[in-house]
Amino acid sequence: MERYYQPEIECAPIEKIKAWQNEKLASQVRHVWDNVAYYRNLMQEKGVTPDDIRSTDDLYKLPFLTKTDLRDAYPYALLAKPLSDCVRIQSTSGTTGKRVVAFYTQKDVDLWEECCARAIVAAGGTKDDVCQVCYGYGLFTGGPGLHGGSHKVGCLTLPMSSGNTERQIQFMLDLQSTILCCTPSYAVYIGETLREMGYSKEDIHLKAGIFGAEPWTQEMRRDIENTLGIRAYDIYGLTETSGPGVSFECSEQTGMHINEDHFLAEIIDPNTGEVLPEGSKGELVFTSLDKEAFPLLRYRTRDICVLSRKKCSCGRTHIKMSKPMGRSDDMMIIRGVNVFPSQIEAVLLKQGYTSNYQIVVDRVGSTDTFDVYVEVTEEQFADTVRELTLHEEQLAGAMKLMLGINPKVHLVQPKSIARSEGKAVRVVDKRKLHD
Amino acid sequence: MSVKQVSVFLENKSGQLADVCAVLAENGMSLRALSIADTKEYGILRVIVPDADGALEVLRRGGYTCKLTQVLAVEIDDRPGGMAYVLQVLSEAEISVDYAYAFISHKAGYAHMILRVSDIDETVKALTEADIRTLEMDSLLTE
Ligand SMILES: [Zn+2]
Repeated sequence: MERYYQPEIECAPIEKIKAWQNEKLASQVRHVWDNVAYYRNLMQEKGVTPDDIRSTDDLYKLPFLTKTDLRDAYPYALLAKPLSDCVRIQSTSGTTGKRVVAFYTQKDVDLWEECCARAIVAAGGTKDDVCQVCYGYGLFTGGPGLHGGSHKVGCLTLPMSSGNTERQIQFMLDLQSTILCCTPSYAVYIGETLREMGYSKEDIHLKAGIFGAEPWTQEMRRDIENTLGIRAYDIYGLTETSGPGVSFECSEQTGMHINEDHFLAEIIDPNTGEVLPEGSKGELVFTSLDKEAFPLLRYRTRDICVLSRKKCSCGRTHIKMSKPMGRSDDMMIIRGVNVFPSQIEAVLLKQGYTSNYQIVVDRVGSTDTFDVYVEVTEEQFADTVRELTLHEEQLAGAMKLMLGINPKVHLVQPKSIARSEGKAVRVVDKRKLHD
Repeated sequence: MSVKQVSVFLENKSGQLADVCAVLAENGMSLRALSIADTKEYGILRVIVPDADGALEVLRRGGYTCKLTQVLAVEIDDRPGGMAYVLQVLSEAEISVDYAYAFISHKAGYAHMILRVSDIDETVKALTEADIRTLEMDSLLTE
């Protein structure tokens, strides 16, 4: 039987959710306008005032916030509360450029942890469970978020953080953990280590896992579920908007319910910024509805996904988002079609190639040329031209099926694709040279 | 009744062939025979060397994509029509040849022909029935 952490919210009629959103949006915009000069300036540039935002239908009038804004605003320019009211910061890894720092009041932390608690309960968690949290603790939101959620549910919480996998497994065996929270790749690694230590899923007591913070595939889900003998649930979030728990999977496992009482989601065309109707693929944009310290209006996540309000068998009414399919910064438009490098990569990996490839787009006359260079692997190498040509055609065919347009595939020698800091340069768009 | 051939994937860029030959030479590998199939963009280099497994290893280490292929080595008369005769025998036995190349034997009056076919056993049978000799690596290197 499906359980909910806050059934009256999670299963509320849509009209009720809309009413909450309208009311909360107006006051969130007012709060930002009054306290965040950075965003007030953006609104004034667009000629918008809080009086123009009466319901979610007016959302499109507000300016976007981007990752660049957040970096420029570092550290305090988007803070909407005095520091004396804040109790916590969390931060992104900042591997590229400046960090993003998010601030929390006690109420912000409580709401965030409630979101995580909803995810844990949706995965079957109760106060009788033993929840092993192996997300990193510290500035990263993974550990603190699920840890707080686990407390709210009343689980016995094991604050393991990541690493020392043999010790993780020893605790898992001795304390009979029933729920595992970590990144999906770490879950795979735990499964491998379990086997190496001579144990199997029969020896452990896990029933569910809550995995997020990085992209993962259905194949990985099945692999983790089989190895650990669990059901694997997806969870989504961003440090900018609070952390994990912005959305989470339910028993249906067909997308993640967005906590719509706290976050308003839109899908936009990443090129024009135009809002797209439900069911369209585009960039996910979030507006916080009741954040105190770090409210974000129309924050562009750069994640490409699809929203759906189709009735869910779990009974929750909140809108669902698909697993992100790629990043909007990587998106190309070739012959009028949106193409993501991640789609090309998926085809290659499925057919036994590596992810070392390069997409070259150019324009001849008024037509885009679309070439994909793929490093040949021993598995795919054949010693006749006929077979190699066939392999190129099969790859092009599979890509056409995925994208709707036909690339020309070229097999090249390993390590021949230009690399930058060890990574293959994925996209070369020569059309920009002509513009 | 077959020999191991090393096949290497090469891009059509100048110096590629020379590089592979240099890798083999540095490791003391002598080439007994060589052939290239190429398209506008890439080529497939096929070589017969005494130590095919060793050659595969050094080429892999050199970053090349390569593999071993079982091929047939056939002795033919070094005269006009020598190669054509073998191909005719195979054609009559309805055996299709993926590729073939030939080189001179150390034995006067003979040449060797390398063939890739899909069914090696059946091909050997057809050749033997026509009194055509297939060679092992040892005789290929010494004769
Ligand atoms: Zn559901």
